[in-house]
Amino acid sequence: MSSDADGPATPTESADPVLAVDGLRKRYDDTVALDGVDLAVADGEFVAVVGPSGCGKSTLLRVLSGLEAEFDGRVAVDGTDVRDGGSDAVGMVFQEPRLLDWADVRENVAVGLPADVDPQSPAARDRVDDLIETIGLDGFAESHPDELSGGMAQRVALARGLAYDPSVLLLDEPFSALDRLTKADQQDHLLDVWEARDTTVVLVTHDVEEAVYLADRVVVLGGQPGSVASVVDVDIDRPRERADPELVALRREVTTALGR
Amino acid sequence: MATDAGTETRTIGPVAAPSIDRFRPLLGLVVPAALVVVWHVVVATGVIAAYQLPTPLRVAETLYGLAASGELWGHVAITLQRVVLGAGLGIAVGVVFGTATGLSRTASDLLDPLLQSLKNIPSLAWVPLFLLWFGIGETAKVLLIAVGAFFPVYLNLSTGIAAVDEELLEVAEVYDLGRIESLRRVVFPAALPDLLVGIRGGVGLAWMFVVAAELIAASQGIGFLLSDGRTLARPDIIVGSILLFAFLGNCSDVAVKEVRDRVVGR
Repeated sequence: MSSDADGPATPTESADPVLAVDGLRKRYDDTVALDGVDLAVADGEFVAVVGPSGCGKSTLLRVLSGLEAEFDGRVAVDGTDVRDGGSDAVGMVFQEPRLLDWADVRENVAVGLPADVDPQSPAARDRVDDLIETIGLDGFAESHPDELSGGMAQRVALARGLAYDPSVLLLDEPFSALDRLTKADQQDHLLDVWEARDTTVVLVTHDVEEAVYLADRVVVLGGQPGSVASVVDVDIDRPRERADPELVALRREVTTALGR
Repeated sequence: MATDAGTETRTIGPVAAPSIDRFRPLLGLVVPAALVVVWHVVVATGVIAAYQLPTPLRVAETLYGLAASGELWGHVAITLQRVVLGAGLGIAVGVVFGTATGLSRTASDLLDPLLQSLKNIPSLAWVPLFLLWFGIGETAKVLLIAVGAFFPVYLNLSTGIAAVDEELLEVAEVYDLGRIESLRRVVFPAALPDLLVGIRGGVGLAWMFVVAAELIAASQGIGFLLSDGRTLARPDIIVGSILLFAFLGNCSDVAVKEVRDRVVGR
C-alpha cells in the first residue's frame, strides 16, 4: 500500500478503497496539523472521524475535498490523486449550510449538479426535485434559505452534495449547530439517505455518541500533530438503538481512545 | 373615537393605526407645500423683490409657456440624452474596472490607488480639460458625465466582489463550478446589491456633472436654460430650471431604487 502507489491490485484490508490516504502530512506555515495519517474507506462504507478540537479533523476533510492543494503523502479518490482531479469525485457538506441566500432551494441544490449536466434540462430538474423530495423538503423548492430552519437548510446542503453524485460524501460536523431533537432526526435522515443511495460517507464529528450510532467504523484522531490514534469497528446491525448496551460500551471505548 | 375611551382602548389601537399609515407618505408633502405658500406670500407682499424671486405661479407660467411653445422639450430631451449616454458609459466602464480589480489582486494593486485619487477631483475641474480635448460638442459632455457616473459604480462593485464570502467560493470549488460558472452563479449575484448601490450613486452624480457641463459649454439643455436665465435676468427661468433638475433627478433616483428593490428583493 505504501510502496507502489498506483496499480489496481493494491493490497489493502478490503477491496479497492474508494478513498485512500497514505502518510498524509499537512502543515500551515510553522504548525503541522496532520502527520502520518493513514485511512482507507471502502465503497459504500460509513466512516466517522472523531477527535478533540484542534486535532486536524476539519483539515483532513479540507485535504480530501481538494480545498488544500499543498500537502505531503498520498490522498486518492477512486485511484486518482486529489491534486490531479480526484477531488472532483468528492462532495462536501460544511459545518454551516453555506447556501446562496439569493437563490431558492431548487437552484441551491442544482449548484451541486456535475459540470456536464445542464441545470436547465428536464432530466436535471427531475433529479433536483427528486433530491428535494429525498430530503423531505417537497413544497419548499421555491423557498429561499432565510425562510428555512437551521435543520432544513442543512438538509438542502446535503441534497446539494448528493446532486453531485460523489464517490465520497464528506460531512464536516453538519449537525453541530442543531438542537438535540433536530440533530437526532437529521442523523436518522442521513442514515436513510445513505442506505437508499449506497453513498460512501466520511463524517467528521466531535460527538462520540453520533459517531458510534451512525458509522460502520470510527476513526479516532489524536495528538498534535494529529494522526490516527485508533480505529473502532461498530459491528451492530441497523436500525440501532441509541441505548443499546453494546453501543454504549463502544462509546466508552471511543471515549477512552480519545484520552478522556 | 373619543367617546368611551376607557373601555375601548384595545380596539382603538389597531383601528386607528392603519388610517394614520395610509396618509403617512403624504406627510412629506406638508413642508414643501407650506414653503410654496410662504414663498408666494413673501414675494407678493414685497418682502423679496419680484425681479430677484418670482412668485411660484410665475415660475409655473414660464415653464408652461416654454412647454407650450415646444422650446422646453428640446432642452429636456438633450439633457436626458446626455445623462443616459454618459451614465450608461460610466456604468459600463465602472463594471469592467470594478470586476477586474475585484477579481484580481494584481489589477487592484495596479489600478486602485490611481482611481482612488482621481475620484477626489471635483467635477468642474475636468471641464476645461475636456473642452480642450474634445471640443464643445456632445463628446466632451457625455464623457464628463461618464467620469461622474464611473466612480461610485467602480468603488462599490470592486469592494463588493472582493468581499464575496470565502465560504461560498469554497462551495463553488468543491462542486467544480469552474471560473465562469462560479462568477455567474456565485460572485456576481453576491455583489449585485453593491453594484446597484453604485449605480444609484452614479446616476446621482451624472445629474451633478450634466449641470457642470451645460453651464459652461452648451447651447441647449436645462443647464443652458439655467445660465441663459441669468444672462437674460429672468429669475423665473432660473428657478424653473432648478425645479426641472430636481424633478428629473428624483424620477431617475426613484426608478433606480425601484429596480434595486425588485432585484434584491425584500
